[in-house]
Amino acid sequence: MTLNPQLNKDGALKHLLTIDGLPRAILTHILDTAEGFVSVSEQEVKKVPLLRGKAIFNLFFEPSTRTRTTFEIAAKRLSADVINLNINASSQSKGETLLDTVDNLAAMQADMFVVRHAQSGAAHMIARHVAPHIHVVNAGDGRHAHPTQGLLDMFTIRKYKGEFHNLRVAIVGDLLHSRVARSQIHALTTLGVPEVRVIAPKTLLPTGVEQMGVHVYHEMAKGLKDVDVVIMLRLQNERMRGALLPSAQEYFKYYGLTPDKLALARPDAIVMHPGPMNRGVEIDSAVADGKQSVILPQVTYGIAVRMAVMSILAGN
Amino acid sequence: MTLPDAETLVAQLAAAIKPTLTPNTVLVGMYTGGVWAAQQMHALLDPAMPHGDLDISFYRDDFNRIGLHAQVKPTRLPFEVEGRDILLVDDVLYTGRSVRAAMNALFDYGRPARIRLAVLVDRMGDRELPIMANFVGSTATVPPHQHIHLVRDDAGHLNLKLVDLK
Repeated sequence: MTLNPQLNKDGALKHLLTIDGLPRAILTHILDTAEGFVSVSEQEVKKVPLLRGKAIFNLFFEPSTRTRTTFEIAAKRLSADVINLNINASSQSKGETLLDTVDNLAAMQADMFVVRHAQSGAAHMIARHVAPHIHVVNAGDGRHAHPTQGLLDMFTIRKYKGEFHNLRVAIVGDLLHSRVARSQIHALTTLGVPEVRVIAPKTLLPTGVEQMGVHVYHEMAKGLKDVDVVIMLRLQNERMRGALLPSAQEYFKYYGLTPDKLALARPDAIVMHPGPMNRGVEIDSAVADGKQSVILPQVTYGIAVRMAVMSILAGN
Repeated sequence: MTLPDAETLVAQLAAAIKPTLTPNTVLVGMYTGGVWAAQQMHALLDPAMPHGDLDISFYRDDFNRIGLHAQVKPTRLPFEVEGRDILLVDDVLYTGRSVRAAMNALFDYGRPARIRLAVLVDRMGDRELPIMANFVGSTATVPPHQHIHLVRDDAGHLNLKLVDLK
């Protein structure tokens, strides 16, 4: 019996639910495999036959356009049959409804579920429930994890910076609500990044974030100094009306990434953002569209990384 | 059994291929042994000839049985495949399934005018598909429990070895 529900008895990846607890070798294997898939998008026929005949269900219980689309493109480039289901979460007995839905789709000969859900742990629950031949990919669950986003960020960093062992990386913004940030931190520390910084007001930091092995900063001027990678996080406008922040304008003044603030980082630092961006709230357009921005390549690499994850899972 | 010297085979193949080259010919090596052989052949044929490397992992027909190979290497074809005369190079021609996968892969980049196959060794008697090579360095009959592998040492020298299957 294995302790990690993501691994099979041979220690190979069976589901991708979270980066937390995955060995470095598995993360590196995913990144290496994704390198091969980048060239598929450059072919005349942007498709390989690897998952021909497999049925992949995108189960999105929470709205998403970008992530769902990139998973769909990735599955189609692997020649899988893709079925997109946007499911409004029922207000009653959510767990039971979720598993009923899963059971019905499994009866339609599903091979893989890609799951987005507002509840943390939803993908884990499905993975525990499904038959052994079905694989589950977490496409974002509550505040918990978004492992493929974390991996595509690592792929992008490796593309631009080479190795991980000599980097300083800063993650800036709303870490409190961010499943992306958690996955990024787990991935960065597992891959050997010696210094991971988080920069945010106290109200947007989870309690005990230091226990994840990061250095906490509350001021951009100190936190951005000499970093190699700046990862901006999305700040949802609806959260501005809450008690966490006075206003979007004030947030931008202190934590928005402007050219002046970026100048504190290393001259060759790259700027990343998981998207969608709030221009003028967490990032200035001059930075988002500037020469240090790698935000659009992140999207492109996200397809290759998701192809790698799905093909590795299906092959195990 | 004694296997022939790999570098001698490369030189013999290059000599046989050279008169058939056209300005439209490009060289494509199949990972991993075919890439090494093609690199050596390239220097002997025409250093100005475009050449690339092909990984067939995503086109293998045994994916459902054995999964994805651990080491996928990026395919690199820095030329238009459409209309080209492609000289495909592999170390050993065995069942023919790798060559089928390679041809499928090439066609996803464009429609070549012609594909020819050059191999260092044709392992006789074990073909599973109707595929044969245009240029063969040597032939060999090997027991089913053994494989022929091309290896490259630190100095870049190529050698053929017999390996027992696990």
